[in-house]
Formats: sequence, C-alpha cells, structure tokens
Amino acid sequence: MESTVSGAVDYQQLRKAITWDVSKRELGYSEGAPINIAHVCIDRHVQAGRGDKVALVHENHEGELRHFTYRDLMLLTNGWAGFLRGLGIKNLDRVCLFLDRVPELYIGFMGILKIGAVVEPLFSAFGEDALHSRMEDSTAVAIITQRKHLGKVRRVRERVPSLKTVIVIDHEEDGRPLREGEVAYSMTANRLESFPVFKAYPETPSVLHYTSGTTGKPKGAMHVHGSIFAQYLTTKVVLDVKDDDIYWCTADPGWVTGTSYGIIGPWALGVTQIVVDAGFSSDRWYGTIEKHRVTVWYTAPTAIRMLMKDGLDPVKRHDHSSLRHMCSVGEPLNPEAVRWGREAFGLDYHDTFWQTETGSIMITNLPGMPIKPGSMGRPFPALEAAIVDPRSGEPITSPGRVGLIAIRPPWPSMMRTYWNNSATYYGKFLNGWYICGDQASLDQDGYFWFCGRDDDVINTGGHLVGPFEIESALLEHEAVAESAAIGKPDPVNMEVVKVFVALRPGYAPSADLELSIMNHVRKRLSPLAMPQEIAFVDKVPKTRSGKILRRVLRAQEMGLPTGDISTMDDN
Amino acid sequence: MKEMILEYIKNEYIDEDEADEVALDENTPLISSGIVDSFSMVSLKRFLEKKYAISIPDEEASPEAFNTVTSIIALVNKHARK
Repeated sequence: MESTVSGAVDYQQLRKAITWDVSKRELGYSEGAPINIAHVCIDRHVQAGRGDKVALVHENHEGELRHFTYRDLMLLTNGWAGFLRGLGIKNLDRVCLFLDRVPELYIGFMGILKIGAVVEPLFSAFGEDALHSRMEDSTAVAIITQRKHLGKVRRVRERVPSLKTVIVIDHEEDGRPLREGEVAYSMTANRLESFPVFKAYPETPSVLHYTSGTTGKPKGAMHVHGSIFAQYLTTKVVLDVKDDDIYWCTADPGWVTGTSYGIIGPWALGVTQIVVDAGFSSDRWYGTIEKHRVTVWYTAPTAIRMLMKDGLDPVKRHDHSSLRHMCSVGEPLNPEAVRWGREAFGLDYHDTFWQTETGSIMITNLPGMPIKPGSMGRPFPALEAAIVDPRSGEPITSPGRVGLIAIRPPWPSMMRTYWNNSATYYGKFLNGWYICGDQASLDQDGYFWFCGRDDDVINTGGHLVGPFEIESALLEHEAVAESAAIGKPDPVNMEVVKVFVALRPGYAPSADLELSIMNHVRKRLSPLAMPQEIAFVDKVPKTRSGKILRRVLRAQEMGLPTGDISTMDDN
Repeated sequence: MKEMILEYIKNEYIDEDEADEVALDENTPLISSGIVDSFSMVSLKRFLEKKYAISIPDEEASPEAFNTVTSIIALVNKHARK
C-alpha cells in the first residue's frame, strides 16, 4: 500500500488491500523477530536518519513551548531506561505513570517499554480510591509522579505493599524533602547515548489500561508490543496521518486513546505531534490549531459539543486553514456535530469506534468514504465485524435489527487478558466473536448505527465510569445508607452521573449535604465520577437477592416503561 | 467574597499536602491551569449558588467565566443583583 486512501474509496477493494501484513511489511517486521514499541516509535527513526525531525511540541498552560526531536526522544528514553533499570525494575514489572500532560509522561512511557516493563497509565485526576484499586490490583512496583500529585500517592502507599519506589519528576524545582522510598528524577539532565532495548516479541506485555465495568473493581486490559501493527496501520489509514502532518490528539494518556493514538500511533509513523497541557476553552483550542498549523485533529464528541456551545464566532476569529482531516472518538458522534463541523471548518468529523480492550480503531468512517451523519461507519478493512444476536452470537444481517457489536478475533491490538481476571476475559467471547458490550444495528449499506450500552456502565465525556465504583465510594460517606448510580442523558457529555441516595437515620436532604456528597465522590474517585445530580430516596430499587435495579431507575429517568419488575423487592 | 471563594477552592480542589505551597490569588487561572476541570466546575457552581443564594444559568457557566476568582465574582455579582 503506497499511500493512504483519499478521494472516493471502494470499500471492498480496501478490504483486499489493507491487511495486518501491510503493517508488518511497512515496519520491516519478519515473523519470529523481536519487536519493541519504543524501538519502532523512536530509535528506528533515528537510525533511518530522521533524528532531527520534531517528534513532540509541548505547550504548557502558560503557553510556553518545548520541542523534542526524535533524537531527543531516543536519548531521553535511554536515560529513563537506564535510571529505571538502576532502580532494579525488571521486565514485566508494572510501572505507573501518574502525571499531568507533561513531556515526562510521553517520554517516560517509552522509557518504561525500553526495559520491557509494563506501563500502567493512571489519569492524573484520579482520587485516592481510584488510584489505590488500580495499583493494588496490578501490584505495581513503581510510580512516576509529580509534586502536585505526591500527596495522593503518599496516602495510598501503605495500602499498596508491592510499591517499592515513587519517582518524582519535579523535585529539583521544589526542594521539599522526599521520604524513604521516594527518588527524584530530572529527565532533561539524563540523556544517555545508548541503551540496549529489551528484546520483546509481539506477545510480550506492554501496556496495562484499567477500564470500568458494571460490577466489581476496574479491570486491567493487558496489551502487548504487537499491538503496534494495528495502531500503526489505523493511524495511517483512518487518521490519514502523513509524514509532513502536524497531528493533534486531544486525549489524555490516562485513557487508551491518549496512548494508542496520542503516543504510539503518531510516533510509529514518525510525525510531529502537538500536546497541550491546559484546560479546555474554545479560544485556546482554536488558537492551538492556528498557532501550530495543525493538519490532522483527533478529538471527542464532548469537546466538539462544547465548541458548538460557543458558536461560530470563535471559529472565525482564528485561521484553521491548515486543517485537512478531523476524527472523533469516545462516544457516538451526533449528526448535528457532523453538520456543525462542515459549517465551521468545511470538513467532516470522521467518527471512530473502539474501546480500551480493542486497543485500536474497530468501526470507522474512512477518509473518502461517504459519511452518514450519526453512523459509526464500517469495520476497519483488516477486520471482520458484525452485529450478533445476544444469545446465540449468530450474525444479524437484516437492516435495522439491533444486536451486539462483535469483532472476530484475533487482531494485533486486542487485549490478551484482564489482569488477575481471566474468567471475565473469557466471558467476553460468544460463538467465536469478541463482544464489545455495545448495541448497534446495520443499515442496507453495511454502516453501523450505535444504539446504546448493553450494561450499566456510564459513558460521560467519552470515558467509562463504573456504577459499582461510585456506589462503593458513596457508602464511605457518613450520611449514605445505600445508593444507585446511573448515566443520565446529557446534551454535552452524552451522559452525566446521577445518583439515588437513601440516607442514614439522623440525616436529612439539604443543599449542603448534596455538595458534600458530590465533593466526596470527586475526591475519592475522579471529577468524571462526581454525581452532577443527586436524588434523595427512601430506598433504592433492588431484586430480592439484593441486586440494584439500575435499569428501573434509568427507565424512570427517561420516562420509559420500567419493564419486568417481578423480581423487585417490595419490602 | 474573594477570601471565601479562594478558601473554598484551596480546600476543595487543591491536594491537602499542596495547599500551603500553591500560590493562589484572585487572578490565578483555575480552568486553563487545570486546578478546576470542566466536570468539577459543576460542584463549584453549586457551591456559589448555595452560598450566595443565586442561580447561575448553565450557559453562563463557561470555562472563561470560571477561569479566575475575579471572573467568578463578576458572575456572582451579576446574578446577585437580579
């Protein structure tokens, strides 16, 4: 395949032309040989004489810029690797990254992979409970963090006995004493000319991303170095990234989009990417496109809807003529957002569907493919995907009939297991298909149309939040006797968390209590999990066996029939 | 009002171990610096509404309006006068 698709595409032709072997061939991989993501993304480019090309342009919230070439990345990741190895960290050890979007996050990610250890990215807004449950489950040996998050790490440390070392990246700027087991590391002061990259193979574990489910604690989806075959090809074909592009992925590497397409994909292709470590504002985002001459932009429906809220005037105040391709991920992209994108930028947003477990884009609108606003698109050409019957797992071919989105395994970036939870992993398969957990239907042209989740997981702002985690955190609040968390439809975030709370004796509903409960969840878990609405109830609907009937609450919330409630406990 | 809001932000949105170290005044960027994110803005809005017995329309609760304590005070005063 000489170049990516452009202009009108023949989907059936693409299915013949685009295979995982294309990726292996273009990356110069032969079967049985070792492969390490860090080598493919960094050292390979330097060895090919592309070391002077800018790999990362980093802008902090004050607008200060830092540029890193591929050669810089090689020396700095070597530095990280030598330092981590010196701490006694071995291959397959889990090393957490708990950082804002600072350069150390992106470069440290590759440094960890260089020694064959497993990267465990943690969203920097996580509260103590969220941090603890993930680190305890993974038995992480080290965490890389920064001063502003060190307090949280210290407060959970005693409860994570596996954790030997806390690495603080900005200690020099601060000067306050570190404690036993904490070490300072200045990335820019540690450039190492060479380091023997760990000889990983396609099935060697690489990245452990935690994701939320309906029940139990978050599950760790384990990925492998061979995932890069899928991340490389989908970045090239779907995101249409070319050598001279300036690429901007707005996702945080605490989540899978931020690693698969915010680190691995673009660097596998050797392009220049922009990272902005600043909160959202329309002017800032349009200013980023203008200032850096961004050509390819991968963002999320929630962000698009926030931009839409501010209207077209801010768009007009900036030059966005550099943009040539826009994609979206995280939740269904509503037709209005596609139409608004056309009006604002003269371009289509291309929706993409995938999840933490799949590691790369599964269903998508390819460049040049006619876009049906509101549709998820069609399967990535190298994949086989279908809508299947939830009971039999047999493909449904009649247009409009709802079933479950299913992908035929294997593909290079599929998770290899849930860490410590293989039973749940095997439960994800039916009749030879991997079941994504989302409902959709097909139309007569083979386009997929999203209908909803098949479980109680809440999708807020493109991130999945587990109701069980929220309900567990709520129980730690002194006033809460029991609770149920659901996703309430929201025009910007798709869903926001709404909780139904029954209070302990002696407590009465009040605005103070409401705020206290909101802040409690925000601090224990994360701002995403914070209930934006609280309803005080006498009791939470449950089955006679004690299972919370969230579907009943969801139906009531949306004014829909509650369905079969014969198992509900009336007492 | 300024001290009250600054105190609330320090207590609620800055890690307790860091609260004494962070230089926070009425012109410190809150949203663009990441001290308060777009989700947490909801709880800050709720606090302001409760504390000052006002109602801030969702469309006015923008990242720009919440970016500094100065801009927050302007927003509160606008609705307190109604």
